[in-house]
Amino acid sequence: MSTTAMISENTSVPKDVRLPIYMDNHATTRTDPRVLEEMLPYFSDTFGNAASRNHEFGWMAEQAVEQARERLAKLIGANTKEIIFTSGATESDNLAIKGVAEMYREKGNHIISQATEHKAVLDTCKRLEKYGYRVTYLPVQKDGRIDLDDLKRAMDDKTILVTIMTANNEIGVLQPIREIGALCHERGVLFHTDAVQAVGKVPFNVVQDNVDVASISAHKFYGPKGVGALYVRRKGPRVQLVAQIDGGGHERGMRSGTLNVPGIVGLGKAAALASEDMAAEAVRLAGLRDRLKDKIMGQLDEVYINGSVEDRLPGNLNISFAYVEGESLLMGINDIAVSSGSACTSATLEPSYVLKALGAGDDLAHSSIRFGIGRFNTVAEVDYVAERVVDTVNRLRELSPLYEMAKEGIDLTKVQWAAEPSAH
Amino acid sequence: MAYSDKVLDHYTNPRNVGSLDKNSSQVGTGLVGAPECGDVMKLQIKVNPSTNIIEDAKFKTFGCGSAIASSSLATEWVKGKTVDEAMAIKNTDIVKELSLPPVKIHCSVLAEDAIRAAIGDWKKKQGPAQTPGQTESAPVAQQA
Repeated sequence: MSTTAMISENTSVPKDVRLPIYMDNHATTRTDPRVLEEMLPYFSDTFGNAASRNHEFGWMAEQAVEQARERLAKLIGANTKEIIFTSGATESDNLAIKGVAEMYREKGNHIISQATEHKAVLDTCKRLEKYGYRVTYLPVQKDGRIDLDDLKRAMDDKTILVTIMTANNEIGVLQPIREIGALCHERGVLFHTDAVQAVGKVPFNVVQDNVDVASISAHKFYGPKGVGALYVRRKGPRVQLVAQIDGGGHERGMRSGTLNVPGIVGLGKAAALASEDMAAEAVRLAGLRDRLKDKIMGQLDEVYINGSVEDRLPGNLNISFAYVEGESLLMGINDIAVSSGSACTSATLEPSYVLKALGAGDDLAHSSIRFGIGRFNTVAEVDYVAERVVDTVNRLRELSPLYEMAKEGIDLTKVQWAAEPSAH
Repeated sequence: MAYSDKVLDHYTNPRNVGSLDKNSSQVGTGLVGAPECGDVMKLQIKVNPSTNIIEDAKFKTFGCGSAIASSSLATEWVKGKTVDEAMAIKNTDIVKELSLPPVKIHCSVLAEDAIRAAIGDWKKKQGPAQTPGQTESAPVAQQA
């Protein structure tokens, strides 16, 4: 698809805006140039295998890995011995959930998760169900957060693991993980959190937040793709898990395989930058996000924010535009990279299960757009995006039979549609 | 997902957007799809009573770019055709014209349904002599 914008006559491109604009920072982030610079020597100069114990090439690689380990540990309040490196958060989620489930099988076979988890967690839980584990998926409230009472009630004497994400990738909503962790510790149940969208963006401390196991991904906070980590608590309680990849016993026997040294160095640098910049950056991103939200909501009616406004990642905005379908909106702003919860944008033609879990109704899921503002977005970009979105929504509402019917005063919930959806 | 140039063209310059007077006896209105599915098409035709030729057609669509393009194309194609000729339009023709990928074929099916629904509605208005033994039309949405 060409990147030439289908610019409406009303919006001209300001000088300080370069197209296309990337505003999909929950999908991935640009590798920070400082991170890339830090990584490069480990391809051609310091290219040793970190496990080569007998020569300088290996020692230097190992040193770089250990520095990265320290940097990440510092960011999340952990001990370096509690960090193991993986190929990314999907692997980390698999290792955490399967690893704990297998290790503690004698103790119990019940796992608790929730409806809006990432597929890396949900699909792993589904697999464990096939192996005879029982999994409870807690519902979420309208704001996207779980009800702690539901969690309390779901726990029984066979519960060995609770896995609940810190921040949701679609709606940016933050779960009450500190309270969840406290409850788990009370009951002697391990607490894993997929912290992918939170680490580097909001304060996350494994000690204060009562976390036992946590999944981390470099490419979500301006590091490279293909590398992540798993935090595994050593004290209070000591967590053990069964390795999912065998072959040499690297990473304290928990994850075999030659380490991705350049990737790990990148992850470490990204963590170091986050430690320095996170507080100020969060304020800046929240400001940009609120500016975008206010401009859009100030010029359009029947626009709804999906998920809690207060307990939310600073850069996330997930909005439904009534009467307008998401993919057609994306097409109209095709010089801007964002994503949608619409079925039309998914390979399976299913609308976003996260939005469905909020109880919004499929029609609003089809009308949703997710904006992920990040480090490299600017005020000028936000202003341009707001204008283009408002323009396109107005144009598509002119094309929309639903908007026409709503304006005529017809209650769309009472209409008998010709094609009722088949049960999914 | 890359869109074909024709889909982009219909999206940027949709043909025949708007509404006809649904109360007129010359107008047939087809409303197909459902908001929960992410696709709703309203297609209207205005038929010349003496020639049965479709003189005008308008559409409005809630749906993706391919759905908008399919219904826009449908209004282009039915104009100037007789009602019977319009009934013969197949979704596969739409798929071919717009180069729709497999995952978007259902958009063309809905457009075909919309044409038939509009024609069905018009035929119903012409009186009982027209209605028995009609060629199939897709069910038309009703307001409760």
